Formats: sequence, structure tokens, C-alpha cells
Amino acid sequence: MIMAKLPEELSNGMFKNNPIFIQALGMCPTLATTTSATNALGMGMATLAVLIMSNVVISLIRKIVPDKIRIPVYVIIIAGFVTMIDLLMHGFLYDLWKTLGLFIPLIVVNCIILGRAEAYASKNGVFKSILDALGMGLGFAGALLLLGSVREILGAGTWFGLPLWGDAFNVFIMILPPGAFITLGLLVAGLNWIGISKEEKRKQKEKEAKAAAQAAEKAGA
Amino acid sequence: MQVFLIFMSAILVNNFVLQRFLGICPFLGVSKKIDTAAGMSLAVIFVMVLASIITWLLNGLLVLMGLEFLKTIVFILVIASLVQFVEIFLKKTAPALYEALGIFLPLITTNCAILGLALLNIQNNYTLIETIFNALGAGFGFGLALILFAGIREQMEFADIPKPFQGLAGTLITAGILSMAFVGFSGMIKL
Repeated sequence: MIMAKLPEELSNGMFKNNPIFIQALGMCPTLATTTSATNALGMGMATLAVLIMSNVVISLIRKIVPDKIRIPVYVIIIAGFVTMIDLLMHGFLYDLWKTLGLFIPLIVVNCIILGRAEAYASKNGVFKSILDALGMGLGFAGALLLLGSVREILGAGTWFGLPLWGDAFNVFIMILPPGAFITLGLLVAGLNWIGISKEEKRKQKEKEAKAAAQAAEKAGA
Repeated sequence: MQVFLIFMSAILVNNFVLQRFLGICPFLGVSKKIDTAAGMSLAVIFVMVLASIITWLLNGLLVLMGLEFLKTIVFILVIASLVQFVEIFLKKTAPALYEALGIFLPLITTNCAILGLALLNIQNNYTLIETIFNALGAGFGFGLALILFAGIREQMEFADIPKPFQGLAGTLITAGILSMAFVGFSGMIKL
């Protein structure tokens, strides 16, 4: 089991409380930037970087910031890091910066980042906050990559720009906005289905165990 | 004419929610009932127009001082304080309106549609008049999508949905189908 080996702080965001599939936070960039695997990965990494840096700083200053003005302070810190990422991407990853466009400055209002600042970094030490940011950020990036890959493969027949089957099979609507809603909806439904069938299996086993215990009791009597 | 095209394009062709994916959180969160959806839409239209005007003016100031790279930070602070200010102002002067919009106002600060709109106005080099109409269009477009969706969801309460599709999954797929309808408008207005 992978989950058993990872520290709790890390696995929490990646699986148990995945920001997209479980908490349904940060939906706008998730739906808008997953037209291809490359864009999805770029967005995921940008958010991960901002999340780690803001969690570190907020965790460091958590004892100095007065409680009443903490939210505006967090927002300014996050906005500062977002501006840094925006300028860096403009300088070094111009093509990606252009396709992601509006959604890079909009990382500021991504509720995952402010949510982690408020719920975790403002109450925990630096090291734990880094782990938490890594877990949440990777959970977010992973979900984006999954969604982006499905949409790119079905919609364009390529993956990270590499042609898989060319024009032989394209569902063009997958790249259009409706495809984003429907793909994410189906992925969430799939996860629900796995969860429900697991739950049912567990109940079935409990029932069998109970029946077996009763039978054993009867036999004993 | 240009102004009218911007207005219609923001409502239908580039619908903020269904085509641009801005403001998805309130779209999924406050769309269970038509009444609340209408209240939220009004609050969004109100704040969108105000925020657009103020950020447009402020951007002029930032450009003058050569500090354009600060616009994300400045805009988010302005929007957050504007929402607070509107809340206090409405409470004192228009209690009836405050009753109707009050609970939605704090939610709007983290609504990416407002910041997104402010940045789009600047990106597209709109004049002040164009900015106002773009904001009105964006607000009405948001309201249209939200109220349509709330209507569908009210009906869906009575539907027998398979278990894995209940909750978020079904909501997202319904939104996808609604979005498909809006794809029909794409390309009608080229700006």
C-alpha cells in the first residue's frame, strides 16, 4: 500500500481529502485549463508552487499576525507569490503563459490556497505546512493531469502533443467547455461508484461474519 | 453598436460561467433554488459593475505610475474592501436591499468572476463605457446561467438518479448539457 508509507499530512491532500474529487474546491481553473495534458500540468505546477510558498510564509508569521486582519494579510501574501509566478512564466514559459492567460492571476482567488492557509498553515509548523501544501498541491495537479489527459486523448487524439491515433477517432466536444463539465462529472461518478461498491462489499462481509458467528454459536449450544 | 455587441457577447457567446469557467463555485453552490439564485445574481451584477469601474480607473493610475505588474494585488484588495464597503453602505441606507443581497455579498469576494472580469477589461483595452457594458453583460450572463441551472436542479429533486451520480457528479453533467446549449452561440459575434 502506497498510502501507508506516506506521512499523514501528505496523503491527506493527495487521496483522502483530494481538493477536486472530494472537496470540490478550485473548480474554475480545473475546468478551464484542462483542454490538454500540458496545460493541465502547467496549471497544477503553478498552483503547487504558490501553495508551498504561501504556506511556508504564513506558517512562519502565524504568531505575529493579529487574528482580526489575518485574512487580508493572507490574501496579500498569496497575491504577491502569484504575481511572481505570473512574471516568471511570462519570462520563461511564454507559450504556456499565453494559453493559461487569465487563469494565472486568478490563482489568487483559488479557494484551495486560502483554505489551506486558514485551515492548516496558520495553526501548524513550517515543516508540516510544507508537507500539507505538497499533498494538497500534488492532489490538485494529479486531478488536473488526469482530467486534462482524458480530454486531450478523447478530444484531439494526442497526449502531451504526441499523436496517439491521429484523426481516426476524435470527440471534438471534449475540448470544448461542455466536455470539461461532463468528463469531471463522469470521473466523480466513477469514484463514487468505487466507494459505494467497496462499502457494499464491506457490509456483505460483516453480514457473512455475523451469520457465521451465529451459526457457530448455535452449533456450540 | 460596438457596445451592444460587447454586451450580447458577454451574455451569450462568451458566457462567464458556461464558456469561460469563471464563477463556478457559486454556480454549483448557490443554485439549489431559483430565489437564492436570483438574489446571488443581483448581488453579482451590482458588484461587477462597481468593481469594473473602480478597477478601470485604478488601472489608469497604475499605468501612469508604471506599476502595472501590481494590478493583481491591487485589484484583489480593492474588490475585497469594496464588497465590505457595499455591505456596510447597504445596511445603513437600503435595509430592504441588504436583506435581499446581504448573505451573498461576503461570498462574492472569492468569486473569481469579479477579478476575472476586471482583468479581462484591462486585457481587451476597453474604454470606460465598454467596460461598464461588458460588466453588465457578464453579470446578466452569470444570472442567466445561474437561474436556468437552478430551474433544472429544482426539477431534478424529483428525479430518480442512479446512486453514483447523486450530488456533485450529476450536477456537473447537467451543467455540461446546459453548456452544450451555449456552445450553439459560439462564433456568432466576433470581437
